[in-house]
Amino acid sequence: MTQPIIARFKLDYGNFKLDVDLLIPGAGITIFFGPSGSGKTTLLRCIAGLQKAQQGFLQINGKLWQDSEKSLFLPTHKRPLGYVFQEANLFPHLTVADNLQFGLKRIAKTSNAVDLQAILELLGIDHLLKRMPDRLSGGERQRVAIARALALNPEILLMDEPLAALDFKRKQEVMPFLTRLHQHLSIPVLYVTHSQQEVGQLADTLVILEDGHTLASGAISETLSRLDIALAQDREANTVWPATIVEHEINYHLTRVDFVGGTLSLPIIAATIGTKLRVQIYARDVSITLDLPTATSILNVLPARIIGISDDNKGQSVIQLQVSNQILLAHITLKSLLLLNLQIGMSAYVQIKGTSILN
Amino acid sequence: MLTTADLDTLFLTFKVASISTSLMLLFGTPLAWWLARTTSSWKGFINAIVALPLVLPPTVLGFYLLVLMGPTGLIGELTTWLGMGTLPFTFAGLVIASVLYSIPFVVQPLQGAFTSISEQSLEAAATLRASPLDTFFSVVVPLAKPGFLTATILGFTHTVGEFGVVLMIGGNIPDKTRVVSVQIYNHVEALEYNEAHWLAGCLLLFSFTVLIILYTVLKNQPNLQQLK
Repeated sequence: MTQPIIARFKLDYGNFKLDVDLLIPGAGITIFFGPSGSGKTTLLRCIAGLQKAQQGFLQINGKLWQDSEKSLFLPTHKRPLGYVFQEANLFPHLTVADNLQFGLKRIAKTSNAVDLQAILELLGIDHLLKRMPDRLSGGERQRVAIARALALNPEILLMDEPLAALDFKRKQEVMPFLTRLHQHLSIPVLYVTHSQQEVGQLADTLVILEDGHTLASGAISETLSRLDIALAQDREANTVWPATIVEHEINYHLTRVDFVGGTLSLPIIAATIGTKLRVQIYARDVSITLDLPTATSILNVLPARIIGISDDNKGQSVIQLQVSNQILLAHITLKSLLLLNLQIGMSAYVQIKGTSILN
Repeated sequence: MLTTADLDTLFLTFKVASISTSLMLLFGTPLAWWLARTTSSWKGFINAIVALPLVLPPTVLGFYLLVLMGPTGLIGELTTWLGMGTLPFTFAGLVIASVLYSIPFVVQPLQGAFTSISEQSLEAAATLRASPLDTFFSVVVPLAKPGFLTATILGFTHTVGEFGVVLMIGGNIPDKTRVVSVQIYNHVEALEYNEAHWLAGCLLLFSFTVLIILYTVLKNQPNLQQLK
């Protein structure tokens, strides 16, 4: 599916207003990100038809699901979607197998049969089929819920904070399955979260919401590196670069990865050469020098150009840099900014101290 | 020993109770569902009406029904106009009175069971292509099974035991309105304690057995127990 998703909703609950107008790519994972009360879950529920916005227009896969001007509102059970709730929400009176069959029995026989076995293997739940939901761990329940939604062969998958109800260990257990979904799914996924980590690991497109309206929306690399939103000032501010493994330096326990226009050395990664991955670079791990450092313990030194400067009035500045085609954020002190006399357009070098590898 | 007349009253009692219970489930289920889900300001009023037979003396309920269904009452005029005659002292009248008298025993357990079913389960069913009616039969009914079981048994046994309402609107007509509780009263009035013992013993045994079954079944439903 390549047709973009058009979603416009206006909803007024008195103390909460939602007003969004979005154009979302019809492929990949789009994350609705924002603090609680920002309207991200309400937006997802409007898309699913679980909540009815007074004014709404929704087109998915070229088909109209809602148009309040034409008084068109497809009820949830007639929308070809898959929905994963924060709590797995399995039916307690049905076994795992019957939970999976619940939707399958109800979709039109004409629709393309889905390979249920492949889904079970993808989510690692084929050994759980005979169990009742109360005999599953939180992580298993959530994986069954995802499989139950995918079994419908939906045209879009909606996920409402699927990891939020899980503890750290269970999150780590489910995350690899989500990144596998990312690689295997051809349908678009709309994913609600307030976790920056999940944004870094999963998002292709990022929609940032605040007080019921969109603050920013676009490809992950552009949105995360924007200076004009509060996210850039956050301690967890980061940018995500796509990269490919090109070499393992076994003696040094390092792996070299290529990104568009350069290479990075990272702590050794247990994956074969040629593997594509995402590298997350935290702004607090990036420092700036004006001259090419000759004696430094930092391995990753890259030429860059300053394209933006912003500061939080509390002594911290965010520098936006371009490294070849990629954008990078650096957190430095206001004092360093003034001492180095950094200006937009200047050439400099960035030293990247630490990185996280995502999938 | 039980006489033929006693057996006839037993048979009639179970007939009234079966028909009344079926009718109560038929009308009580949608009513209980509405009460469990509505945010309407009528909810309190309707709840009070449903609960009224719990606190009202049966003779009071019976008296008003007698007046309403009599030749000059609203219902009586309607049934006469429809060519059905009047309902007091008929089997149909007895069934109607039983339904009104026992309805809280059916609606309240159902309402409790429906209330404990989360909105999320219904939403999950909707995202899995189930229409609201489909959801009711495939999710709500199985999850509310203990509620249905309790409602059926309480509705049935309560109807079997009614006395005051029957006397007021049904009277004491053999094979038409004479139920077990009235027959026991007849026996005692006639000082036939032996016959009264037999009938009373039957009812005691019946009620106790039913309650044992109810509690055993509810206890052996592990995944439904939480809904109790």
